[in-house]
Amino acid sequence: MCLTGLFLCSFLIIHLTGNFQLFKNDDGLAFNQYAHFMTHFTPIKVVSYLLYSSILVHTIWAIIITQKNKKSRPVAYAVQPKEGSIWSSRNMGILGTILFVFIVVHMSNFWYEYHWGNTPFIEYRTDLNTGTTVSKEISSAEYTDYVSYVDNGVEIIKSKDLYKAVAFSFQQWWIVALYVLAMVALSFHLVHGFQSAFQTLGWNHSKYKPLINFVGIWVFSVIIPIGFAAMPLYFLFK
Amino acid sequence: MSGNMNLTLKVWRQKSSSTPGKFVTYKAPDISPDMSFLEMLDVVNEHLVKKSEEPIQFDHDCREGICGMCSLVINGEPHGPKRATTTCQLHMRSFKDNDTIVIEPFRAGSFPVVRDLAVDRSAFDRIQQAGGYVSVGTGGVPDANEIAIPKVIADEAFNSATCIGCGACVAACKNASAMLFVSAKISQYALLPQGQPERYRRAEAMVNQMDTEGFGSCTNTYACEAQCPKEIKVTNIARMNREFFTAEFVKS
Amino acid sequence: MKLDAKIPAGPLAEKWNTHKFNLKLVNPANKRKYDVIVVGTGLAGASAAASLAELGYNVKAFCFQDSPRRAHSIAAQGGINAAKNYRNDGDSVYRLFYDTIKGGDYRAREANVYRLAEVSVNIIDQCVAQGVPFAREYGGLLDNRSFGGAQVSRTFYARGQTGQQLLLGAYSALNRQINLGTVKMYTRSEMLDVVVVDGKAQGIVTRDLVSGKVESHAGHAVLLCTGGYGNVFYLSTNAMGSNVTAAWRAHKRGALMANPCYTQIHPTCIPVSGDHQSKLTLMSESLRNDGRVWVPASKETAEKLRKGEIKAKDIKEVDRDYFLERKYPSFGNLVPRDVASRNAKEVCDDGRGVGKTGLAVYLDFADSIKRLGQPAVAAKYGNLFDMYSQITDENPYESPMRIYPAVHYTMGGLWVDYNLMTSVPGLYCLGEANFSDHGANRLGASALMQGLADGYFVIPYTVGDYLANIGPAPIDANHPAFTKTKAEVEERIQTFLSLRGNKTVDEYHRDLGKIMWEYCGMSRDAVGLAKAKQMIQDLKKDFWKNAIVLGDNSEVNQSLEKAGRVADFIELGELMIDDALNRDESCGGHFRAEYQTPEGEALRNDDDFAYVAAWQYKGENVPEELHKEELVFENVKLTQRSYK
Repeated sequence: MCLTGLFLCSFLIIHLTGNFQLFKNDDGLAFNQYAHFMTHFTPIKVVSYLLYSSILVHTIWAIIITQKNKKSRPVAYAVQPKEGSIWSSRNMGILGTILFVFIVVHMSNFWYEYHWGNTPFIEYRTDLNTGTTVSKEISSAEYTDYVSYVDNGVEIIKSKDLYKAVAFSFQQWWIVALYVLAMVALSFHLVHGFQSAFQTLGWNHSKYKPLINFVGIWVFSVIIPIGFAAMPLYFLFK
Repeated sequence: MSGNMNLTLKVWRQKSSSTPGKFVTYKAPDISPDMSFLEMLDVVNEHLVKKSEEPIQFDHDCREGICGMCSLVINGEPHGPKRATTTCQLHMRSFKDNDTIVIEPFRAGSFPVVRDLAVDRSAFDRIQQAGGYVSVGTGGVPDANEIAIPKVIADEAFNSATCIGCGACVAACKNASAMLFVSAKISQYALLPQGQPERYRRAEAMVNQMDTEGFGSCTNTYACEAQCPKEIKVTNIARMNREFFTAEFVKS
Repeated sequence: MKLDAKIPAGPLAEKWNTHKFNLKLVNPANKRKYDVIVVGTGLAGASAAASLAELGYNVKAFCFQDSPRRAHSIAAQGGINAAKNYRNDGDSVYRLFYDTIKGGDYRAREANVYRLAEVSVNIIDQCVAQGVPFAREYGGLLDNRSFGGAQVSRTFYARGQTGQQLLLGAYSALNRQINLGTVKMYTRSEMLDVVVVDGKAQGIVTRDLVSGKVESHAGHAVLLCTGGYGNVFYLSTNAMGSNVTAAWRAHKRGALMANPCYTQIHPTCIPVSGDHQSKLTLMSESLRNDGRVWVPASKETAEKLRKGEIKAKDIKEVDRDYFLERKYPSFGNLVPRDVASRNAKEVCDDGRGVGKTGLAVYLDFADSIKRLGQPAVAAKYGNLFDMYSQITDENPYESPMRIYPAVHYTMGGLWVDYNLMTSVPGLYCLGEANFSDHGANRLGASALMQGLADGYFVIPYTVGDYLANIGPAPIDANHPAFTKTKAEVEERIQTFLSLRGNKTVDEYHRDLGKIMWEYCGMSRDAVGLAKAKQMIQDLKKDFWKNAIVLGDNSEVNQSLEKAGRVADFIELGELMIDDALNRDESCGGHFRAEYQTPEGEALRNDDDFAYVAAWQYKGENVPEELHKEELVFENVKLTQRSYK
């Protein structure tokens, strides 16, 4: 749990940094380039499969442990003990389920659509002398594969337009709502999960504990969820 | 007497581990705030016996908070509402007139009910038997002052050694995990020079026995630390994990 | 019966060594053919069981608690003495011996006490090797503190929980042997009788406190390590389960009971708050280092205090009586336990006690707080102050603590010889359960020392001698004596279970406690004792007629457990009174009001009473027979204690 969890945490940083390209006002050029890179660079592909399996292992292991832990108290308390622990530490399963549902929706929205679904296509023409870029939607007939070449001082890039798909999705309030809810869940999941991983690994030293708690709370439970939540909200109110 | 309280108790009654239990409601009239919680139960029992009803069984012995025999989950809290206090040292002034108090045993599969509120915590003994010792026989040991131990280490080991083995950590944990108890013992010896020769073998043996006993796993909710009457810290659990991983993956 | 203490000849300092050499040994290969039964798993029992198992004997250990770690040794706070002389302050084995003999008011055996002092140094080594976390200094070496009755600093301690740490050490050694299969541990098992075959103890009968099953266990030797009997007073600092049954059953099978009237009353306990009180809590006597003991000088003021019309701080300095400082200008508040206790009782009897019940005196820290500042006082006594305010809901930093003496330890117990064997061959008694080392009064930090000395360093030698002599032939567990004893135990249980009167066993216990406390407590006299004897006999008759014992024998049955223990306490109470009546002198914890110096101090009578009073059971309702073991003092001079 701790190892997959921490691996997934590290992914969040990369994912968030990459997704900041969404905020660029360039009709999605940088974001689409980034999306292409992430899906076609072999080492990254390897890592991404590692990531998918981590999600599965993390989930399955969580279910197994929960089942086992439930068995260790066959007769439940009439009055549940709750004093002394934070809410999220006792409800990682609920939070994790929300996150899992979210990941499924999220991946079918974008990852699946990008690979095999109906993502629109776009062509960018950048005048290398003036640096101005114009873009236009192209039809599937005009698109064979991702290309990037220079022709007569103009850089031409033809790409799948994931940016547009994102912008479209995030104009629907219920998708935005789901994303924001999921990010709240992520925040609660990580406020416990991040430091918990260190505790399980035995990396709980009185000297470093405050640092771990600081990173866990401010980076993983505040900055990262807010950063992610800002994206759907940005497109909704754009 | 003025200031005395009338209380309602909902007490778990169970004849033995093999029969199902249920809550039974009792009145506890005229309870002095100066009574300890167990003295309040004594009074209730005395009334029951007078009526030829079976008294409520609960574990207790020293009644000064050190033997670790008393238990009880009182309104959802092991050893009741006062922090760093065992049930025997909890006084009735922590309650108000007309309160209803729900009293349950420490619940865990590894702590089967003996009767009513008394549970069998022998799993803790078996974990200790698996390796909670330094293998020295009587006699033939060096002079006590030949082993110099830095005060900070000695104090830290002491903090772990204050565990009274009551099982409140298991009772408080949503997973009925025994990690706080086991880690306190492993820590004491892992810190002290006397514990070094068997350090990793001990950690492995005790953790394995803990798993055999059927305790749940730790999900770091830290309820154990909050409810521990001796304020044992969860840093012990981290240390135990470290010792165990080292035993498994580093030392043969 | 001629009592033979079997004290070895020769100079005091060489007795134990010579004796060890003269004891027979058991061949290592033969040791596993012997079964040894150990009853009780406190300091004495756990250390004995572990040490004997290490030697190779098969050990069966029993405790009534749910785990051997719960034995009441765990509650000892202060520390453990050892003549290590780590302080370079003039300590030695001889000095520890001398202080202990003198502290016991010259009513203990020289040879036993010397051996205790001698092995004390090994105990500390042993415990440290086990990982017991004693207090240390910054240099990494062991720290010491001072304790009452000594002018050297020889007490090793582990914060305020030395007993717990030492017991957990012995428990860990026991656990190691259980893991190795050399000790078989029986928890929640209460010993109800000793099986004596042809005059030798060869087994015990126990009741499984969960299933109710009565079983007999055979062994070549039986060790009783079952603690003291302070609960005969109902209210004491002992654990609720502490009882005399094992020792008393042994007594009825022929083991003599020695000096049962020697009881230690500890002066600094939290007073009784009402009839519901189930036990008393002790606070370390170290509090008397900085606290001043006082009561109002007049009864009228005390009366106003009790009614709550005035508060302690309203009372002017001139209207206070710092009675210990007044009567004992040189020792002041630091007089020994028995003296402090008796004086507290005296002022309360005089109508000057404080608190709602009038049975308490003040222990005031106001001056210390003024002199040292509250933080310094808190650093020294913070945990005790917290405990006090938890129990009483009063803040001792603002108003003085209320304290009152409480029964704490019993110096008397089963008579044993130098080998710790009782008058029944094969039956041994260790720790507080025996009478051997503390005389008429025990010094602080000596109980832990004795328990561990007996278990770790005495019994492993002495029991071997007996075993070697009787040989390793298996004990016949089917001998008629086993069947008969078991049947008697079962019959007794049935008798208890047939009691369906109208008075609870706890009520009898409280009544017994009141009689004992009133007439055989801090101060005794012949008239009161005679009266108490009659009261106890009446109580006993009433108990067997009107007690209520519910349930049956096939389950957990606390009513039955309590009934058995209280019935034995009632019988013991009568014997304590006989013993107190017989001892026409005052010594240590035994204060006979008729025998005091003009200043009101204990007046010994060495000419007539320098003996151990060992009582032999002669049958139901027959007076016990007194046997005297004369105490011979070759090394110390008997003097009058004075603390003026």
